[in-house]
Amino acid sequence: MLVNEKVAIEHGLKADEYKKICELLKRTPNLTELGIFSAMWNEHCSYKSSRLHLKKLPTSGKKVIQGPGENAGVIDIEDGDAIVFKIESHNHPSFIEPYQGAATGVGGIMRDVFTMGARPIANLNSIHFGSPQHKKTKNLLRGVVHGIGGYGNCMGVPTIAGQTSFDSSYNGNILVNAMTLGLVKKNKIFYSKAAGLNKPVIYVGSKTGRDGIHGASMASASFDEKIEEKKPTVQVGDPFTEKLLLEACLELMAGDSIIAIQDMGAAGLTSSSIEMASKGSLGIEINLNKVPCRESKMTPYEIMLSESQERMLIVLENGKEEMAKKIFDKWNLDFAIIGKTTNTKNIELFFDNEQVANIPVNTLVENSPMYDRKWKKAKLPKKNKIKKETYSKLKIKDVLKKILSNPNICSKEWIWQQYDHTVMGDTIQKPGGNSGVVRVHGTNKAVAASVDSSAVYCWAHPLTGGKQVVAESWRNLISVGATPIAITNCLNFGSPENEENMGEFVECVQGIGEASKYLNFPVVSGNVSFYNQTKEIGIKPTPSIGGVGLIKDYKKMVTMDFKEKDNLVLVIGKTEGHIDQSIFARTILDEKNGPPPEVNLFNEKNNGESLLNLIEKDYIKSAHDVSLGGIITAISKMSIKGNKGIKLNKFKNLMNEIDYLFAEDQGRYIIEVKQEDLKDVIKILDKNSVHHEELGFITEKDIIINEKTKVTIDELKSFNTNWLTNYMSS
Amino acid sequence: MKSSVITFPGSNCDRDMDVALTKFGFKNKMVWHDDNELPKSDLVVLPGGFSYGDYLRCGSMASKSKIMQSVINFAKSGGLVMGICNGFQILVETGLVPGVLLRNKYLEFICKNVFIKLDNKDNPYFKNLDKDIFEFHIAHNEGNYFCTQDQLKEIEDNNQVAIYYCNNKGQTEDQFNPNGSIKNIAGIFNKEKNVLGMMPHPERMIDQSLSGEDGSLFFKNLINNIK
Repeated sequence: MLVNEKVAIEHGLKADEYKKICELLKRTPNLTELGIFSAMWNEHCSYKSSRLHLKKLPTSGKKVIQGPGENAGVIDIEDGDAIVFKIESHNHPSFIEPYQGAATGVGGIMRDVFTMGARPIANLNSIHFGSPQHKKTKNLLRGVVHGIGGYGNCMGVPTIAGQTSFDSSYNGNILVNAMTLGLVKKNKIFYSKAAGLNKPVIYVGSKTGRDGIHGASMASASFDEKIEEKKPTVQVGDPFTEKLLLEACLELMAGDSIIAIQDMGAAGLTSSSIEMASKGSLGIEINLNKVPCRESKMTPYEIMLSESQERMLIVLENGKEEMAKKIFDKWNLDFAIIGKTTNTKNIELFFDNEQVANIPVNTLVENSPMYDRKWKKAKLPKKNKIKKETYSKLKIKDVLKKILSNPNICSKEWIWQQYDHTVMGDTIQKPGGNSGVVRVHGTNKAVAASVDSSAVYCWAHPLTGGKQVVAESWRNLISVGATPIAITNCLNFGSPENEENMGEFVECVQGIGEASKYLNFPVVSGNVSFYNQTKEIGIKPTPSIGGVGLIKDYKKMVTMDFKEKDNLVLVIGKTEGHIDQSIFARTILDEKNGPPPEVNLFNEKNNGESLLNLIEKDYIKSAHDVSLGGIITAISKMSIKGNKGIKLNKFKNLMNEIDYLFAEDQGRYIIEVKQEDLKDVIKILDKNSVHHEELGFITEKDIIINEKTKVTIDELKSFNTNWLTNYMSS
Repeated sequence: MKSSVITFPGSNCDRDMDVALTKFGFKNKMVWHDDNELPKSDLVVLPGGFSYGDYLRCGSMASKSKIMQSVINFAKSGGLVMGICNGFQILVETGLVPGVLLRNKYLEFICKNVFIKLDNKDNPYFKNLDKDIFEFHIAHNEGNYFCTQDQLKEIEDNNQVAIYYCNNKGQTEDQFNPNGSIKNIAGIFNKEKNVLGMMPHPERMIDQSLSGEDGSLFFKNLINNIK
């Protein structure tokens, strides 16, 4: 096929991008070369609309061993141990084919982690669906959950935490973000930078098929009514092969024969080979006839653009080929020497003894387009003037019932029971808590991880929303007694070519940056997913933040279940009664305007660090951060988990009781302390100027809110646990 | 006491089992599926996981592994062989224990704590345990035990049912059956009671910080029984 501007546009390139390619090459590219450019220059691989803004994020810190730019970020957890982690989106494929889309999302992120030499020890996910009433939602949810479980369970990696939300803005574009944590020795981390000339380039793993061709390009485009036709671009996962690949790679990595290693993810052999060459300032030569293929008569174009799963590319030390091959033979995996490193700084491809592509590596990477897209600043919405008289008809118990059974608050047990969350024998905090926690095998340390997003807040005011998500991640880690270390972010947005969507992106990133800088909670890895939109309608801006923290002595871990009768319950952090954008305002009052709650980073830091101090001193019997649904929702969940009640003190605040109970002010935690410790606890809080209020004390059963309102534990449980199960079986 | 845990391609609870056996005093060896000979062992364990990706039928390909001939001979000569989860699926495929394991009734993977009740203690696994109801952990997609009525009669006549799913009081009503297993069966023996297959994972219950400690009771007792 002759290449011209029309063909380039069909590949998702813009006319001026095509012009630039011709200029860089000083000739017209052939079809294979054009395919390579389109794969490297699409939004998903090149970050062309986001690079400029991502540069502003804080990415370094004392504990950061590797920031963005590698397969995953790496942080130091002391004693020579390190955690490798990253979150990644698989939104577009999951909408088209939910099982395989979600499964390969999980497979891809695990590969990113073990490529660096780390054994995956925990998976998390953040999944977002359209309105429960939308005709596609149920099947998409079921398919995605089965896919995540199908892959992670087979790999034998526990899925320890996650987040699920429903919002009509995801009706035509669901979000599936998968995160993995891996454990590695600090001195055994592997990178993707190739080095040395004439080093063998090795292909290992599954054979290459025709699946997933142009997957990354598909992920860089909006959806329209013909989207179902794109099913063939969704990759098909085989977790069994990946388990073998994991074991084989770790076995090879135990020695010192690997110079560089890179998984074949988006844009397959193209991006993996080019990235290794680019980082090492080298050239690479590949004989495509040597690539193990699943199907006959595959063309160079197809081989280079296939996104078949469970494949890795390795640059090996000379003379180690035989030894390495033995390991892959043992695990029944393909092993092929397909090329070598060169000093040309070009990627040169050969097929049937002919050169089929010859492109300078820098044209694909450094010279890839970068755009300063136009964007619109969002104004902080005016506060709503909600007439308090509208509350008078409301009964607290009815409101609580509606909120606890709200799809975005109700228990997600139906989901996480389908994920193996206990394999590997180190899960000490299961899904459904503030964070998932796994022990560092064979030590007294544990790692906590959480994944959060607050699309409603980000939509109402992106800058505040961006800050809030980071703060919430920080709080979730603190609530289990972990010292927050770093985050990974998955930035899910609409089209960057739309000024408002682009503005949401820019300002969310700014908010994330401000909060992570202030909290010393740097961003070490992440991914951007644009074009989450169908025709002109984009999703609510949804940055997902995956936070990781360390618990030095796992016996000090805190859980959220109420522990003991007569213990006192306090809220720390100030309740101002912020109702706008709360789940109460949105679902009970049907009021969707107004600003999100303000995020005061000084208070966040101060309150969080003070709570960590109390935990360190063993004063805290249970803790839970206050988020969606306010104080009463947090307390209800602690009651349900602990099978204990609480008697709230007589309400003496000047504020309306409903505002007090349902407000979503930030920087707050509910804590349980022993009566005899109260004085000491208050002393520490006062000394640190942390606002605190006593809420009540724990009882055998029932939540007693005031003289008129009593809710039994069984009622709470039925409000909270039934919605999802009923929905899925209806 | 010496134990061996077989690693098949796709096994993923092999390390957990190694940790548990070692913790309670076994000298454990990991044995590769492609080996010919079992090392000298007092106990052989087929661990959980997804051997051969559960392709074809769970456990079927692993049951034909090279090492399995040696395991089968060991079992037939009276050696103790225990299959957990996927290990149980492999055992039914070898025919060492009767029946089959179907997909869970609600067609979903289940990972949670369950209660199980011992049926009889006249065997090397449960002898001397001082309680009958245990809290174990399950994590499987194909744990729905099934056999013909004739087989069931034979199994019951020979006291081959090892454990039943139940509630914390030992009641075995349908609602306490997580996967649709016939008669709430969670594990069975061969006729001679030296081969045990069960879906629950005792190795995930060996530490107060994990899902519970009833697995510890099981392993402590097991090593004492073997001594």
